[in-house]
Amino acid sequence: MPVKIDPKKRPMPKQEPYERVRNFDEVALGYTPELAREEATRCLVCKNPRCVEGCPVGIDIPGFIQSIVEGDFGAGIRRIKEKNALPAVCGRVCPQEEQCEKVCVLGKKHEPVAIGRLERFLADYEAASGTIERPDVAQPNGRRVAIVGSGPAGITVANDLALQGYDVTIFEALHEAGGVLTYGIPEFRLPKAIVRREVEYVKGLGVKLHLDFIVGKTRTVDRLLEEFDAMFIGAGAGLPWFMEIPGENLNGVYSANEYLTRCNLMKGFRFPACDTPLKRASRMAVFGGGNVAMDAARTALRLGADEVHIVYRRGRDEMPARIEEIENAEEEGIIFELLTLPLRLLGNEHGWLTEIECQRMALGEPDGSGRPRPVPIEGSEFRMEADAAVCAIGNSPNPLIPMTTPRLNVGKKGNIEADPETGQTSRERVWAGGDVVTGAATVISAMGAGRKAARSIHETLGA
Amino acid sequence: MYRVVVRRMIVPNIHELTVAAPEVTNAARPGNFVILRPDEAGERVPLTIADWDAAAGTVTSVFLQVGASTSKLARLKPDDVIPTYAGPLGNDTEIAHFGTVLCIAGCYGIGSIYPVARSLQEAGNTVYVLIEARSRYLLYWQDKLRGVCTRVIEITRDGSAGYKGHITRLPEILILEKIKPDRIIVNGCTFLMMKASEVTRPLGIKTIVNMNPIMIDGTGMCGVCRLTVGGKMKFACVDGPDFDGHEVDWVEFLKRRQTYNPEEVQPLRRSGCASHY
Repeated sequence: MPVKIDPKKRPMPKQEPYERVRNFDEVALGYTPELAREEATRCLVCKNPRCVEGCPVGIDIPGFIQSIVEGDFGAGIRRIKEKNALPAVCGRVCPQEEQCEKVCVLGKKHEPVAIGRLERFLADYEAASGTIERPDVAQPNGRRVAIVGSGPAGITVANDLALQGYDVTIFEALHEAGGVLTYGIPEFRLPKAIVRREVEYVKGLGVKLHLDFIVGKTRTVDRLLEEFDAMFIGAGAGLPWFMEIPGENLNGVYSANEYLTRCNLMKGFRFPACDTPLKRASRMAVFGGGNVAMDAARTALRLGADEVHIVYRRGRDEMPARIEEIENAEEEGIIFELLTLPLRLLGNEHGWLTEIECQRMALGEPDGSGRPRPVPIEGSEFRMEADAAVCAIGNSPNPLIPMTTPRLNVGKKGNIEADPETGQTSRERVWAGGDVVTGAATVISAMGAGRKAARSIHETLGA
Repeated sequence: MYRVVVRRMIVPNIHELTVAAPEVTNAARPGNFVILRPDEAGERVPLTIADWDAAAGTVTSVFLQVGASTSKLARLKPDDVIPTYAGPLGNDTEIAHFGTVLCIAGCYGIGSIYPVARSLQEAGNTVYVLIEARSRYLLYWQDKLRGVCTRVIEITRDGSAGYKGHITRLPEILILEKIKPDRIIVNGCTFLMMKASEVTRPLGIKTIVNMNPIMIDGTGMCGVCRLTVGGKMKFACVDGPDFDGHEVDWVEFLKRRQTYNPEEVQPLRRSGCASHY
């Protein structure tokens, strides 16, 4: 007799909203083994699993889910690590609803299997057990690879090549490894202890890590290529975009990069125990509708803001953030000013932001991105009070390497041009991937690019 | 970790900090800066490079003790180690054969102008250095500067050394000293750079300033160092820090510099004593 399938995912245990807005601890608490096994039994174990195709790094998803059903969690995590060096991170920050879970067959009638939560469960279960298994590392092959940036792309390349016996060195410009996982994504969504654990795991494979080393400045790409057989550039996000409206240089106006870096990398939420200040806003507006906007808004709330508004020019359905993060933000009391466009920022005589002039929008015909184009409604201008604003509308790739590397081709937006299949750039022995190639995107797509580049480096060096 | 080689107060509240950082030494050029952290809880502090010694692998900066972070730096001793010393960052100051160049410096800038003057002289320019302070006891490195220029000119607010007054006397000083600069380069506090730019504009002399905004990463990521130059948004860490002083929006820049003034001194007011929080 066929077993009846529960149409709903097992809900994720979370901190209560009234509690969590007062701390920086992780919001989602993770599945218990019981919840994980219950959820895992919802998987239909398709013969041609579409979820695997939906995963940018091709994890054997039904395989690890069956290990959970059987209660063999060790086998499950080994299955994931064949393809993914950062399972605890991806389980938390991947937009699963756009990838593996989007194509889950169960999702046609019911909610798809909670693949991301199960991935996170296995990674956390292994970490809690205290013994992290490391796969066998191949004999050293004598080839040296330099990696620029210790974010998701760089860590993936380092992992893949170290396992194949390469001598890998990561160069990181900041004083902590992890890239956007460290400076960008807040503690309450991705605890930094997890990022450090994943970085330590890769170091355990023999990967060397140089902090405070700005490739392009401290040493140029060309000088490093004298010592290394190949290089992967995963330098990540660069200059933040602003809206190019009046008043953006008023005090109290931040880029999301600045606001989040002050909090996450510099621990500004502990000021004055930590020296980097982060002001408590009373009314903050966050411009944008992506994960970064949600992160900035929820950070401001935890820092004691009275009111935080997300100002987004399209509707809720068009917001690029993960659904789970939008729901979390709503539960916590973030106010959504949808279909609203900021026109200009107004300040006082001391140069501090006081008000934002906005205009309401309506949705029109689809634009180039396939989403409905927001159209201004005449005469709908209004002003909102604010003493802080965060611009979370994206960023261009980091300019330091293109500026200092001759014959490295860059696109119109300053992105390094790389073959989408291999990551090969216009320079021999130089590969690139992640945000420095695509502009701001996701952790998992950067990892996918890293995986392809590692494969191509291995094929080219022919070790 | 990076070892402190020298940390000494040169004149009241102005300190020299020399750190062993061979990788930075190899790439350092005039006008560059480094980012350092005094300790694990510390801010990322940008300091302009004032000198370097390739053989010893050391880099020297001069800084003004003003807030919590620079007070931490001012307490460092030789052989202490600091967790972060990254660089060099920023574009190089343009060095070419301009003819006659006047370097103007005050405060920490008297230190950072030194490698600029040295490189300009090596490039065949006639270099004058004008140093400015409130009083004679705040001037330093005169002998060192004399070694890399034709003449060192002093100006003090109280007249205790050289000309009496402020940089606004520059047009008159140029006549008295018979200097016709083809280019002026200013390093130091924002007020000095702004005032110098104001008085050189009517003279039509190209004036380059080395901007010193608040920074965090210093690598072109956070955007806090943005300023308006020629009506356009620029980022000091990757577009500068040198800009044309006649194009900078000084009023906006001064306001942005003051964003964290209360927080800069807040930790200094805490003694840790229960009766005096």
